Amino acid sequence: MALDKFQIAERIAQEVKDGYYVNLGIGIPTLVANFVREDISVEFQSENGILGMGPFPWEGEEDADLINAGKQTITALPGAAFFDSATSFSMIRGRHVDLTILGAMEVAQNGDIANWKIPGKMVKGMGGAMDLVASADRIIVAMTHTNKAGDSKLLSSCTLPLTGVGCVKKIVTDLAVLEVRDNAFHLLERAPGVTIQEIQEATQGTLVIPNEVPEMLKK
Amino acid sequence: MINKTVKNVAEACAGVESGMTLMLGGFGLCGIPECAIGELQRLGVNQLTCISNNAGVDDFGLGLLLQTRQIKTMIASYVGENAEFERQMLSGELEVQLIPQGTLAQRCQAAQSGIPAFYTPAGYGTEVGEGKESREFNGKMHLLEHAFEADFSFVKAWKGDAAGNLIFKGTARNFNPNMCGAAKITVAEVEELVPVGTLDPNQIHIPGIFVQRIFQGTDYQKRIEQRTVRSKQHGAG
Repeated sequence: MALDKFQIAERIAQEVKDGYYVNLGIGIPTLVANFVREDISVEFQSENGILGMGPFPWEGEEDADLINAGKQTITALPGAAFFDSATSFSMIRGRHVDLTILGAMEVAQNGDIANWKIPGKMVKGMGGAMDLVASADRIIVAMTHTNKAGDSKLLSSCTLPLTGVGCVKKIVTDLAVLEVRDNAFHLLERAPGVTIQEIQEATQGTLVIPNEVPEMLKK
Repeated sequence: MINKTVKNVAEACAGVESGMTLMLGGFGLCGIPECAIGELQRLGVNQLTCISNNAGVDDFGLGLLLQTRQIKTMIASYVGENAEFERQMLSGELEVQLIPQGTLAQRCQAAQSGIPAFYTPAGYGTEVGEGKESREFNGKMHLLEHAFEADFSFVKAWKGDAAGNLIFKGTARNFNPNMCGAAKITVAEVEELVPVGTLDPNQIHIPGIFVQRIFQGTDYQKRIEQRTVRSKQHGAG
């Protein structure tokens, strides 16, 4: 069965290593913080100006001066730091942030990503996504394998305006974990109960299937 | 000590004219210069070019100046959450330049610092890079981006003094420090204007040299865009 958004977040959390500074995008990526192992030290950066971001506040303790990049009220953990936007992007462009997790509308087999604009329909802007994908060494995309119309989001080339070129290395979807290299999607893991044929049918781009494809989230 | 205090928001906004380019601090509705925006609306200046990360919501922040059609061009990184903005943009009434957030911050910072232009990898190979000079450094392509040129910069701080020194609070800091001294005139509004000598010089985020006018703001709403809380039942946020 396809994973739900919490299970996608749980799988991505396995990619978060001890000592990492991590930037989480809006949506599924935000959920990753809930599944990071408690025995490792990780700090979450939000590009609007906080390192050491904590969980949402208890009711009644919301502070208008303390939000994340999704404009949600948050808390600051002990050891947190606030900073201005230019400093925030010095952390990002300067590659001090170790891992970026973000959503996407399309990813191409060469690592291109599109997630900021649907011409004539939706124009919200790129926010910090272009800076993040242009700079990060480790980028993981969290998304559903197909869009609401059932069309594949893993393509031979993107059809929407690009956010970044050749930058995505890993994708976790509701169906599979894939590595992007050598101009192809390499299947690493599949969702429990999901067949390789289902993944193949939901992938428009070139899919490389190894002999063994273990299931995700095996305890 | 050079005294930067002005009596009120009206005096702080003196000299703002139609057709000018303005920088406005804030991220979403967090740390926006609420008083200055209200005064710009009252003044009725129009054909403005506004540089700000976001465009407010329909009935608050820069959304107020959109309602009254005072903005001709909006330069921002993210403009969701504003239906009137979207309507004006799709109908062509409003000119919009969307630019990467880090580039926006650095173009402010560059203006503050007297750096005319800089290279950044953000946006290379995308629409953002169209028509821009590009150059390879260390095997990677970069775009040449220019410092902003603005007439006024409106920022909001938590505390300040007559010398123009500023301290920001939490994530309300965001673009505000980068916009100080990045326009011909920087106007700072503060929640608390304290007597000179009470701010610890070690703690000052922006030295007064970057600020031309400072005043104590009034009636701050400090609206929350996405009130998100932890459920007592489930624990985790």
